[in-house]
Amino acid sequence: MTLKLSDLTLLLPEYPQPDPRGRFGRFGGRYVPETLIPALDELEDAYRNAKKDPSFLNELDRLLREFVGRPSPLYLAQRLTDYAGGAKIYLKREDFNYTGAHKINNCLAQGLLAVRMGKKRVVAETGAGQHGVASATAAALLGLDCVVYMGAEDIRRQELNVFRMKLLGAEVREVTSGTKTLKDATNEAIRDWVTNVRDTFYILGSVVGPHPYPAMVRDFQSIIGEETKVQLEALEGRQAPDAIVACVGGGSNAIGIFAPYAYLPADQRPRLIGTEAAGEGVDTGKHAASVAGGRVGVLHGSLMYLLNDDEGQIVPPHSISAGLDYPGIGPEHCFYSETGLAEYVPVTDAQALEALSLLTRLEGILPALESAHAIYHAVELARELGPDGIIVVNLSGRGDKDVSEVMRLLDLEKKLDTQKHDQHVAVAEKVEVIA
Amino acid sequence: MSVPTLPNTAPTTDKARGAARIHAAFAAAQAQGRAAFIPFMTAGYPSAAEFPAVADALLERADLLEVGIPYSDPLGDGPTIQRASEKALDGGTSTRRTLQLVADLRVRHDKPIVIMTYVNPIYAVGPREFMRLAQEAGVDGLILPDLPPDQDIEIAALAEEYGLAVTFLIAPTSTPARVRLVAEACTGFLYAVSVTGVTGTREGAALGEVPAMLALARQFAHVPIAVGFGVKDAATASQVAQQADGVVVGSAFINAVRDGQDVGALAAEIAEGCKKL
Repeated sequence: MTLKLSDLTLLLPEYPQPDPRGRFGRFGGRYVPETLIPALDELEDAYRNAKKDPSFLNELDRLLREFVGRPSPLYLAQRLTDYAGGAKIYLKREDFNYTGAHKINNCLAQGLLAVRMGKKRVVAETGAGQHGVASATAAALLGLDCVVYMGAEDIRRQELNVFRMKLLGAEVREVTSGTKTLKDATNEAIRDWVTNVRDTFYILGSVVGPHPYPAMVRDFQSIIGEETKVQLEALEGRQAPDAIVACVGGGSNAIGIFAPYAYLPADQRPRLIGTEAAGEGVDTGKHAASVAGGRVGVLHGSLMYLLNDDEGQIVPPHSISAGLDYPGIGPEHCFYSETGLAEYVPVTDAQALEALSLLTRLEGILPALESAHAIYHAVELARELGPDGIIVVNLSGRGDKDVSEVMRLLDLEKKLDTQKHDQHVAVAEKVEVIA
Repeated sequence: MSVPTLPNTAPTTDKARGAARIHAAFAAAQAQGRAAFIPFMTAGYPSAAEFPAVADALLERADLLEVGIPYSDPLGDGPTIQRASEKALDGGTSTRRTLQLVADLRVRHDKPIVIMTYVNPIYAVGPREFMRLAQEAGVDGLILPDLPPDQDIEIAALAEEYGLAVTFLIAPTSTPARVRLVAEACTGFLYAVSVTGVTGTREGAALGEVPAMLALARQFAHVPIAVGFGVKDAATASQVAQQADGVVVGSAFINAVRDGQDVGALAAEIAEGCKKL
């Protein structure tokens, strides 16, 4: 049966659910203060009902089309493909979404759920600011009060997004505890929720946290992969590419494009590859690669691969991109990794920066630093797969938010190593000649 | 099936040891017309060197002492205990060092000592190894603020193997079914959280939800019930003591240490407040 982009069945299809205790295999669960357990039960019930309610689905569908601008294009990156000299590289353009990233898919859905549950106030955590902006946007649209928790370090790195949130009417609360980044902003958002649980809805931005968040956020992001199936079939006559590459912090954009493929029979399943932020290198200890460099532990309510020491203290992550700067990775990804449904590979800060320059020069597309991690690996993989292969990269967000940070980093790099900086430019110039 | 012999991992004491000592402490307080007074202190705060003297001062008045393992991401705690944890961690007190500090207290004190810890340090050390170390240190029980009992049904049994009692928490939002499940899982005491929120005193924090919660808990609990969160002085302690079997006070003592106040004097005051009127 040929799927159509207009089919409402693309929204929230039934993927395998975690077990009754909220586990994907051994990962996930609900490691939270008892205060939140009834709220999580209430959320789970509300979500289960909403999923079956045509009025909820129709309203979400309308907002995704008319407000977000879905479907997002599936774009053949011809010049990047030529540069790599191997498999065709398609980009799933989540950067086209209103507010600039995939985050809005989830925020509108959770916002609608909040309204449905009669909650007047929402809280959210944010790293790069994308989820914060998307939450503030959903709150403005739906008439909800919104408080966004953001680490002091991230506020410095993403001041433009901070101002956008304020313009949208959200209150941005600076978090100065711990590492002052996404992990601590999440702690603070959960503390707020524990305190105001009776009238507050927590819009969690990734496929992490206590059950039902990982499964629910996955469902809300799965539109990415469901659209890809339909679009690729129209372009290439097949729903599945040979490989899908997506960056992974908590893992919401990756799960959104992986999940619709992950549970297909093995012979129909593409290779699913998540790129983790390897920072300055997994060996240096300065990274955010939870699969490559972490061990199983509990954070923010969920058992997952986690950067933590042998006494259980969380090890501060490092990444060039605030959105990947998280010490854990969602439980369903952990399950994919353990069962071999997906692979997870590290990509360093320098490699991501190189890929950002490359895509911008070759295609005129400035990707978010997060998404650049996936671009880097896709180029490598295209060479490995050869010209018969097809790769889809989830271009999870646009890079406008990163411009000043990239400028700072490239300047810094130039000071440290003029030669290396020139390579970024040289690479692109070489392509000009080839193409 | 052959079972490998693991040296030094076999439990050496009675399974109910910790629970019995904790229950006896509650019973002794009750016999004296008091709710049990349970002060809390973060291990290694304000420093590993100064912690023993603070603990001594608290134990002088306490019926039980609650010692917190400093943790990098204490979800259930407010700013006071977060900052104390950060300071203790900076000073080198993490999970194993906390248990060592308790072992040092055991040389001088016989009162029950319970460890408050988030679950990740237990998993990182290894649940069995953690229980063994805790038992060796003379710990009597564990308080597990981010572990609803149905999330890890093996922890309580493992703790019991090493003679450690377990305490889980209920909150004002808990449904009767949850209160029942949690209460039945506790072997030490049941910890009732007075408000929705994190630890620490908030201006105007009321204890209005406590009576209904306790009434519900009494239907199911076969262990003593202590109330904590937002108990900050003799007056609030007294309010709680009229209803509960025990009173937990944490952030107020951390603040006292931070501000260089006399911890022993504050403990004496609050202990006085624990009298049943």
